[in-house]
Amino acid sequence: MTAGPLIDVHAHFLHDRCGRADWAQRNARRLEVGERIGVTLHIASILGSWGHTSPTYFPSVEDLAYGNAALRALQREHPSRIRGYVAVNPNFTVDAVAEIERGLAEGMVGIKLAASRRASDRLLDPIARIAAERGVPILQHAWQHRRHEVPNQEISDALDLVALAGRHPGARFILAHIGGGGDWAHSLRALRDVPNVWVDLSGSGVDRGMLELCVECVRVERLLWGTDLTMDAGLAKLRALEAMGLGAAWLERVRWWNAESVFGTGHS
Amino acid sequence: MVECGERVWDGAFVIDHNALIGPYPFRRLPEPTPERLLADLDRLGVAGAWVGHVPSIFYRDVAAGNDELFAALEPHRARLLPVPAVHPAFPGWEREVARARAAECPAVRTYPAHYGFDAAGPAMRELCAACAEAGLELVLTVRLEDARQRHPLDVAPELGGAAIRAAVRGDPAVRLLVAAADRGIVEEVHFGSTPDEAARIRWDVSWIWGPPEDHLSTLFRTVGRDRFVLGTHFPFRLPEATLTKLELS
Repeated sequence: MTAGPLIDVHAHFLHDRCGRADWAQRNARRLEVGERIGVTLHIASILGSWGHTSPTYFPSVEDLAYGNAALRALQREHPSRIRGYVAVNPNFTVDAVAEIERGLAEGMVGIKLAASRRASDRLLDPIARIAAERGVPILQHAWQHRRHEVPNQEISDALDLVALAGRHPGARFILAHIGGGGDWAHSLRALRDVPNVWVDLSGSGVDRGMLELCVECVRVERLLWGTDLTMDAGLAKLRALEAMGLGAAWLERVRWWNAESVFGTGHS
Repeated sequence: MVECGERVWDGAFVIDHNALIGPYPFRRLPEPTPERLLADLDRLGVAGAWVGHVPSIFYRDVAAGNDELFAALEPHRARLLPVPAVHPAFPGWEREVARARAAECPAVRTYPAHYGFDAAGPAMRELCAACAEAGLELVLTVRLEDARQRHPLDVAPELGGAAIRAAVRGDPAVRLLVAAADRGIVEEVHFGSTPDEAARIRWDVSWIWGPPEDHLSTLFRTVGRDRFVLGTHFPFRLPEATLTKLELS
């Protein structure tokens, strides 16, 4: 396996108000397993209270503020290993803008949009404008091919994100977890000619054929490595890319170089 | 033995118990062939595999699919053991069980939802009894693909815990191997069964999450490592994924 930097662009942490007794253990486990597989930077988000006091995908302003603050605390505790996305709910636009400004001022490096509002909705425009002005990417939670509504989410797919990206060509977007559920081929075909949308490889889905189509449709230049909730699946995808015959220079791009070009964290 | 990181796995983790070959009607599976399966097993250090046949899941007359499976694996029998399919509500199914036994297959597979028979009904009980009598393990598959990505025409429901519990009660000597189950199904069935029933069920690890949620480590502790076997779910899933979850669990 290729050594060197490895940036996980889709990590999550928990906190003491998420309703899980094992929250600290899970956080420690992510860092421990990250050490074992060579993760040098976790770029993470916390979606409010993870459903404990407001819905995971429709988090309240207060829960988002607490979660983002908890992530900044982790960032301070592990300054070389953790960076954070500011998670916001675009339905509370004024609060979202303020939360983004606060987060970026305190060292967060991206914006996380869950499934609180369809990505194509004009309500997201102020957030996309900030992302473009401040040079930070937006990680958009996605369902690969939205064929119906999904309970407890206002879910978006690649076509919704393409609409937003088209209105904001100066902003950078990341389609979340191509292996996170749904028809990944639909997303990849949709993103072929959309230069300001990157694809993160995270998710528990490890379908054979998916990585090949990623390379074919969005090219190695727009692939970002990530894990989401299954670090074992992330490691498997790295090994599968190597087994596909992706050369060392291309692997470097997926492992960290592309992420560094999107986030500009100075990590190398 | 299979080396995963610093650990060495043996016993049920030397053989891939959940591999298949053949094309799938709802998406392209790259190289779903015995040759590619062997190449992947070699790359990952896995000794051999129990191999089913994807088209047999969709054929009405699965005997014809079994013919294809046996023919495809004939040159590779030293490492790839056929696991033919049986449709216990179709004429001549007993012959397929007998053929599996005669060919020294370790198991047979059945797919109640795809074949359209009641997983808790008399046909399943007859198959369980026949498998027990023949000394064949019966492989049940919870899912082929993630439910969120299925083709609009792919409407067969996933195998539920109730069906697995009914099957293991279908005959006092039947042995089940359940493929592609997640943590929830494993726990539901294991703790919804008597110790004797639970001892007759093995699970492949292909669909169980590793860290940081650590479903597999948890199940090793609560259900017992001896209840689990290596399974890759080739050609649907990256075989690397099963090895990495063992390595990190």
